[in-house]
Amino acid sequence: MSETTATAANDRGFWGEANYPGIFGWIFSTDHKRIGLLYFWSVLTFFCVGVLLGLLLRLELFAPGETIMSAQTYNATFTLHGVIMIFLFIIPGIPAAFGNLIMPIQIGARDVSFPKLNLFSWWLYITGATLAVTSLFTGGGPPDTGWTFYVPFSAQTSTNVSLAAVAVFILGFSSILTGLNFVTTIHRLRTKGMTWMRIPLFTWSLYATAWIQILATPVIGITVALLFAERVLGTGLFDPAQGGDPIMFQHLFWIYSHPAVYIMVLPGMGVISDIIPVFSRKPAFGYKAIVVSSMAIAFAGSLVWAHHMYTSGISDMAVMIFSFLTFIVAIPSAIKVFNWLATLYEGSILLDPPLLYALSFILLFTIGGLSGLVLGAAAADVHVHDTYFVVGHFHFVMFGGTGMAFFAAMHYWLPKIYGRMYDKTVATVAWGVIIVGFLILYISMKVVGMMGMPRRYYDYVPEFTGLNQLATVGSWILAIGLILMFVNIIHGLFKGDPVEANPWGGASLEWQIPSPPPTENFGEEDPVVTHGPYDFKKAGIL
Amino acid sequence: MSEEHAHIVPYKTFAIVWIALLFLTGTTIAVAQYDLGAMNVWVALGIATVKAGLVVAVFMHMKHESILFKLSLLTALTMLAIFIGFTFLDVLYR
Amino acid sequence: MSGHVHKDYIGAKFGMWLFLFTEILLFGGLFILYAVYLTRYPQEFISAGSELNVWFGGGNTMVLLTSSLFVAISITALRRGAKTLCLRLLGGTIACAVIFMVNKYFEWSAKISHGIYPGSEHLKELQPGEMVFFNIYYLTTGLHGLHVVIGAVLIAWSMFLIKSDKVNADDFVILENAGLYWHLVDLIWIFVFPLYYLILH
Repeated sequence: MSETTATAANDRGFWGEANYPGIFGWIFSTDHKRIGLLYFWSVLTFFCVGVLLGLLLRLELFAPGETIMSAQTYNATFTLHGVIMIFLFIIPGIPAAFGNLIMPIQIGARDVSFPKLNLFSWWLYITGATLAVTSLFTGGGPPDTGWTFYVPFSAQTSTNVSLAAVAVFILGFSSILTGLNFVTTIHRLRTKGMTWMRIPLFTWSLYATAWIQILATPVIGITVALLFAERVLGTGLFDPAQGGDPIMFQHLFWIYSHPAVYIMVLPGMGVISDIIPVFSRKPAFGYKAIVVSSMAIAFAGSLVWAHHMYTSGISDMAVMIFSFLTFIVAIPSAIKVFNWLATLYEGSILLDPPLLYALSFILLFTIGGLSGLVLGAAAADVHVHDTYFVVGHFHFVMFGGTGMAFFAAMHYWLPKIYGRMYDKTVATVAWGVIIVGFLILYISMKVVGMMGMPRRYYDYVPEFTGLNQLATVGSWILAIGLILMFVNIIHGLFKGDPVEANPWGGASLEWQIPSPPPTENFGEEDPVVTHGPYDFKKAGIL
Repeated sequence: MSEEHAHIVPYKTFAIVWIALLFLTGTTIAVAQYDLGAMNVWVALGIATVKAGLVVAVFMHMKHESILFKLSLLTALTMLAIFIGFTFLDVLYR
Repeated sequence: MSGHVHKDYIGAKFGMWLFLFTEILLFGGLFILYAVYLTRYPQEFISAGSELNVWFGGGNTMVLLTSSLFVAISITALRRGAKTLCLRLLGGTIACAVIFMVNKYFEWSAKISHGIYPGSEHLKELQPGEMVFFNIYYLTTGLHGLHVVIGAVLIAWSMFLIKSDKVNADDFVILENAGLYWHLVDLIWIFVFPLYYLILH
């Protein structure tokens, strides 16, 4: 341990070894760490764009009537906010960025199974992102359908939905290739002694996620392809005038997009499951239960898609069965929450920034998850469907869940990758500001939704003014917190103090190699694993 | 490396399967000349499934692959069945 | 291993199978729609489906099954060292792909010349269920045809690699994976044929 710590300070690991000069050493690299960083910075860029759009939306809603933008611009802005946040940030966020950076190291591999395919996935991501951005400025202007692209409107609007559909198809392809790469890697490249029950929970969550990516994403592929065909070729499979059924579009869309919710949140749960034992100095409570619940979420999450469609005119039978199944999905999620709390219980807690973000995940995700049960119950959903309650709900689970997990992963693993530490005090302050802003913003949304404010409008009745202004102020506080956090962490990564191999005292493999890791992660000899990922005693941490 | 290579399937096996596939194609066309009512679909799908099974097992070597491959295929087909089946919870009772 | 990077054959094949699953679910979306609309419009599907020619569909089934046989045998041939035979068989596969597409061309042309194609005036005069049938018929066979073309390109690429001995009796996973893709094209057709050409008579 101590030798690696000493060399870590001046050795730049994989940073010093590129196959091509300059930027080509990145965009043509097949090293999983370089691809992970490509994803990280691309994803982060789109996150910032998405946040800016969100702030504009909130600004428009500061007062009733037209405040800063017209109704049409507002429609395009919330569509873009949704498309960017869903397809360009949350879905690839943790798996493609941190999965690529950390997963191969965690199982003792030198790279993923298909490194070239991995690079190709990133190029597809960039191509899809470029097309999505291009769709704003070409054709009939920016799509105004919302990120769900529901027919019949999406088939008829003159805005550039066709190009956006192509972009989504390509982004889906990218996601599929990452998924099949990860499943193959986890099956084939585990090092000696890395049995299934010694795999860190983060990697387990990626494994579950990757299966959803493989089996659900093709369905959105065919759905947007059919939408494209309906617009371009006139094959109206969803067009009632040609005998089609618009509700079938919603079925196909949610057959992917509900499991996609778990593509978004499962890796986040994995991050939390990895962080909590380390900062409690206790083995993960119920390791096997967390593993099983990840797989159970992946499976059960594929059985509940129609709970997005209670008010669309589907049969009462379907509403009842899908409502029942929705409650079943809550069980594995709750298993995880209880196991995290049990891990924390009587641990020797280190209140470092990664744990703070992890704790806020538990709080916010639980609130969001419970409001999800309100929506999952068909009788209650009918009343709050398409109100701001729904908007508040999914921001709690997506931003409060996956977003916080992304921040936790940044604070936990980026010092390992960059070999430098950020300022922990500033990180803690930023965390506090973010939480305050978050709660003001999204609790206001939930309340105003309960009062009956519908979503997707640029205007509202004067009664809702107070809560909307509160939400907008919350968005400003949140933005300040985010800026503080990003400036601090980016400054730390480039100018911070050098960091040792194992700054947090983790027992999994990524903490046993130098910071930053060398090009092929491990030296001449492949590592041999002799204990579980949270066995701090055998790892010599305790 | 040698243990990774499944054994070489002889030409004859492939030829027999091919003849069986052509025979089943003939059968399904012949059966389609009779109106079996609602059973039309199921008979046709049944024969198609047998054909697909032959292609997967022999032409695609699934017979010789490990349990991992078989379970994965089963998982994929199960999910497809669920997607179709659960959609009918809506369609049949609307 | 003589300094070579270890080639993970099982991993490469497993990755290909995972990709085939995504293809199955891609077509799965169309099969879901087919099943739903067949349930909703049984009579219209029968009247529209009876306009498809069983002999085009049946002939193409034979062609694809035979091409699958060629691919399967070609791997055995390559591993037994019969490189020329292997290349001839793969050439036969591509010939089958061409025959399939030519057949498809005539089949589609016949339909189109009768005014049956997406968005046509004639189509709009038909029953809604019949319109759905022809739309989904064109989309499914079109997407399948696209896969035939991609599969043929993969086979051609494997032939090129076999010719230059980059794919050989000891290192043939590329041919095996191209073959798996080709069999998938066949598999999809095994279901498309009875569903669209047969059960509606």
